[in-house]
Amino acid sequence: MHREREARKRSLVLVGNGMAGARLLEELLERGASDLFEITVFGDEPYGNYNRIMLSHVLAGEDGEESIYLNELGWYAENGIELRSGVRVVDVDLPAQEVVDAHGGRTPYDVVVIATGSSPHFPPMDGLRREDGSLLPGVSGFRSLDETRAMLEEARSGQHQRAVVIGGGLLGLEAAKGLQNHGLDVTVIHSPAHLMNQQLDAEAGAVLRRSIEDCGISVVTGARTTGVSACTEKGRVSGVTLKDGRTFPADVVVVTAGIRPNTDVGVRAGLVVERGIVVDDQMRCVDQPVGSGGEVFALGECAQHRGETYGLVAPLWEQATVLADVLTGADPDAAYHGSKTSTKLKVAGVDVAAIGQSGPEHPEDEHVVFSDVRRGLYQSVVVRDGRLVGATLLGDTRKSAALQQVFDRGLPLPEQRVELLFDLGATAEGSVEDLADDAQVCNCNGVTKGDICGAVAGGCSSVKSVMDATRAGKGCGSCKEVVSSLVEHAVAAGGGALTEDPSVHWYVPGVPLRKDELVAAIREQHLTSVSAVFAALAPGGAEDAKSKMGLTSLLRTLWPTEFVDERDARFINDRVHANIQRDGTFSVVPQMKGGVTTPDQLRRIADVADKYGVGMLKVTGGQRIDMLGVKKEDLPKVWADLDMPSGYAYGKSMRTVKTCVGTDYCRFGLGDSTALGIALEERFQGIETPAKLKLGVVGCPRNCAEAYVKDVGVVAIGGGKWEVYVGGAAGASVRKADLLATVDSPEAVIALTGRFIQFYRTWGNWLERTYDFVPRLSIERVRLVLVEDSDGMCAQLDTEIDAACAAYRDPWKERDAPDAPGRFSAPALPLLPLPVVPSRRMGAPGGTPREELPVEIVMPNEEAVMSGAMAGAQQ
Amino acid sequence: MTATTTAAAGVRVAALADIPPGEGRAYVVEGAAGPTQVAVFHHRDGRVSAVDAVCPHSGGPLADGQIDSCVVVCPLHLNTWDLRTGASTSGQAPVRVHGVVVIDTPDAPDGPQVHVTPAP
Repeated sequence: MHREREARKRSLVLVGNGMAGARLLEELLERGASDLFEITVFGDEPYGNYNRIMLSHVLAGEDGEESIYLNELGWYAENGIELRSGVRVVDVDLPAQEVVDAHGGRTPYDVVVIATGSSPHFPPMDGLRREDGSLLPGVSGFRSLDETRAMLEEARSGQHQRAVVIGGGLLGLEAAKGLQNHGLDVTVIHSPAHLMNQQLDAEAGAVLRRSIEDCGISVVTGARTTGVSACTEKGRVSGVTLKDGRTFPADVVVVTAGIRPNTDVGVRAGLVVERGIVVDDQMRCVDQPVGSGGEVFALGECAQHRGETYGLVAPLWEQATVLADVLTGADPDAAYHGSKTSTKLKVAGVDVAAIGQSGPEHPEDEHVVFSDVRRGLYQSVVVRDGRLVGATLLGDTRKSAALQQVFDRGLPLPEQRVELLFDLGATAEGSVEDLADDAQVCNCNGVTKGDICGAVAGGCSSVKSVMDATRAGKGCGSCKEVVSSLVEHAVAAGGGALTEDPSVHWYVPGVPLRKDELVAAIREQHLTSVSAVFAALAPGGAEDAKSKMGLTSLLRTLWPTEFVDERDARFINDRVHANIQRDGTFSVVPQMKGGVTTPDQLRRIADVADKYGVGMLKVTGGQRIDMLGVKKEDLPKVWADLDMPSGYAYGKSMRTVKTCVGTDYCRFGLGDSTALGIALEERFQGIETPAKLKLGVVGCPRNCAEAYVKDVGVVAIGGGKWEVYVGGAAGASVRKADLLATVDSPEAVIALTGRFIQFYRTWGNWLERTYDFVPRLSIERVRLVLVEDSDGMCAQLDTEIDAACAAYRDPWKERDAPDAPGRFSAPALPLLPLPVVPSRRMGAPGGTPREELPVEIVMPNEEAVMSGAMAGAQQ
Repeated sequence: MTATTTAAAGVRVAALADIPPGEGRAYVVEGAAGPTQVAVFHHRDGRVSAVDAVCPHSGGPLADGQIDSCVVVCPLHLNTWDLRTGASTSGQAPVRVHGVVVIDTPDAPDGPQVHVTPAP
């Protein structure tokens, strides 16, 4: 049976193992292609496939080589794919249905896909090549890992001072920045009149030029390089000559003057080749010579579809998806219709987004431009017939996602076109004065513009004092910007001057020190309790209620074993290890590592819920079960009956690790995310952090457990590799996390996660979530410190987090010996009997009213009032 | 079981030792105007304060809040009230301040006792 199926498999040969090829393989495997095809892949380069886009990061020294691999050699074997790496294909013999390689080997095929990509274009220049046709030493393209390695080696050798980059497109600017990072003096020579002329119009190009020059790179435009000179002694490049006679000395020359599709194989095979190998909407090579069997497809940069060749990655992915649908029969009618190209990238440190056309092409086109050269800002939109046909954003690309959506879907445009670039609504500075007095600004705390102006009229002159007085901006915080500009306007309108409350920089309001100053003082004076900190560091030694919680957290971090615990310095949640609810009852969330539970646990939870009249059972966003409406006095009994550890759903601490199904059952899983999630939760359970910390681990980039929007998110990418992301958010703010590093093992994930958590514990401000912390420091800086160990602090961070983890005690064990009298006996409010209102059975909204229930249910608090509340009173 | 007011010292609600330093506890105290819910706080410097147990903003249990020598912070929405005047320092309606004293009774086995006189 098995043998028969094997026998029926067709042979698929993929020529080219670059990004298009790799993507095709992944798309094929996802569609079950291993059951249909015996797959053989030829790769010119002797590696697994890697992310070519990331080469500029490798050159810049921001990423190691290891972090750019998509699939390493082992991945091919694991998926039953035969990889012939380092073997170049020279021809496809259509009549024989065989692929011919440079070693003379012939590989028969039923289906062949040509994905040979493209090569750097070297414009004709005197002296560029030696007699044997090879490039003059010191001159290279910037396209492959080998070229990048060679450039890095030269840049780091310390023997070269000057570099010339020929070509000021995207790649050239990235090469220039990368070389400059290594201390070289870099000049970019660009033949067209402005930089990045493929994506930008002249004005935007000029703004970009200024930004590039501001970071110390020289730029020459409108200048064609016609010659390369060599130093005969060293036998390597010494400079370049321009058409106008100017010369520039250079020890290193990088040529980034565009790319050319690699069509040799197609030409030899007799396929139709124009600029690229011509394909139809199913990526099938057109007009295949009569008599040839098998099917021939082309994909990626070497392919020409409807007259277009593409040099960006997004179109390749769309093509790979279509081709995989066609080849596997998942969707035999799938068709590729071409891509609207758009780019969003950071080039040499400058954010650039280019969507559609860069400028007006028809006389009726509307062109709205905002340009601020000094600040490196350029934004423009091109509108035709009421539809957005192009947008360019430079220096500030925050609007790119919205514009992309308008562009892709042809959405109607605002009458004021400039609103496409700027929010002219409530959030923009300058327009807040137009808000009505009763316009609600802070939706969390119901604060209106009038309230804010009233606070200013009442004497508040700083944003902080207004926020304190009105509570505006103290909920989710998303309105802070509007509040700030309102205060600014109101203060100015009153003829006053805006003051900055220095306390905005303090770690807690009651101790006038920044976090670093506070940490230094605490260490120096060996302050191990909150009251000792107040006595030593607060003005007049005065304690401050709002500072206690932050200080408790900090002291626990600084003194894992020596900390002197004062319960009054803890928030109620941390005193009773449960989350206080609006009615004064508590929610109880038992630990459920990685979201994995057992029938026994579920039975116990169900029994406890029945026994203690739990008001609502709710599955949380963190994959645990929340038991809501537990009376404070029942907490110890509930924990004892559950006999499960605390899930820390109440603290400013590591909460939970959300996971997907992983590899045991999921047919797509690339890594055992469930096991890793459990290991992470076990390791970091209860660790206090400046604000709550939520983790996620997913077994593949489908991201079922939403790891990309977690404080720390871990993604299996196959081949035993894991990506570690930090700083994600999916609450009041939504932010995709930044990739910190790609590592090789679950152990490495745990180590790096611990290092990041301790770094955050040490440097994060009180209540500062990682999604503010990471951007504040910049992911590049975080990466340098934690991955490259640029500051030599990794060993210490590792030791500290070890100590913190070792100090873990399950707080619910306190059930047997509470720290203080009345810790759990004090009942929730109201202490007095209230008129009975209909109660919801087990929290089901619209559930059966109390009087219709078959059994009498004692209202929460009634019992307490009867027995406990009066216990303290005598007579 | 019902506590009644004595003219001089109010109603005994607890031994001071039953309220940990820096924390609060809630009691029902029978006063002239009927039963009243009172939050009693034991400051770290040994003083005691008593205010309404229920926050006027949304019914939060003030006895579970954090305090310093001046204010209590409601655990639900972090509104604050001055424990001496009852005025809110975060723009909410005031709470009532109740009379409270610590009486050191030599014969009481559990030490000094807290007595509350509810505000009228």
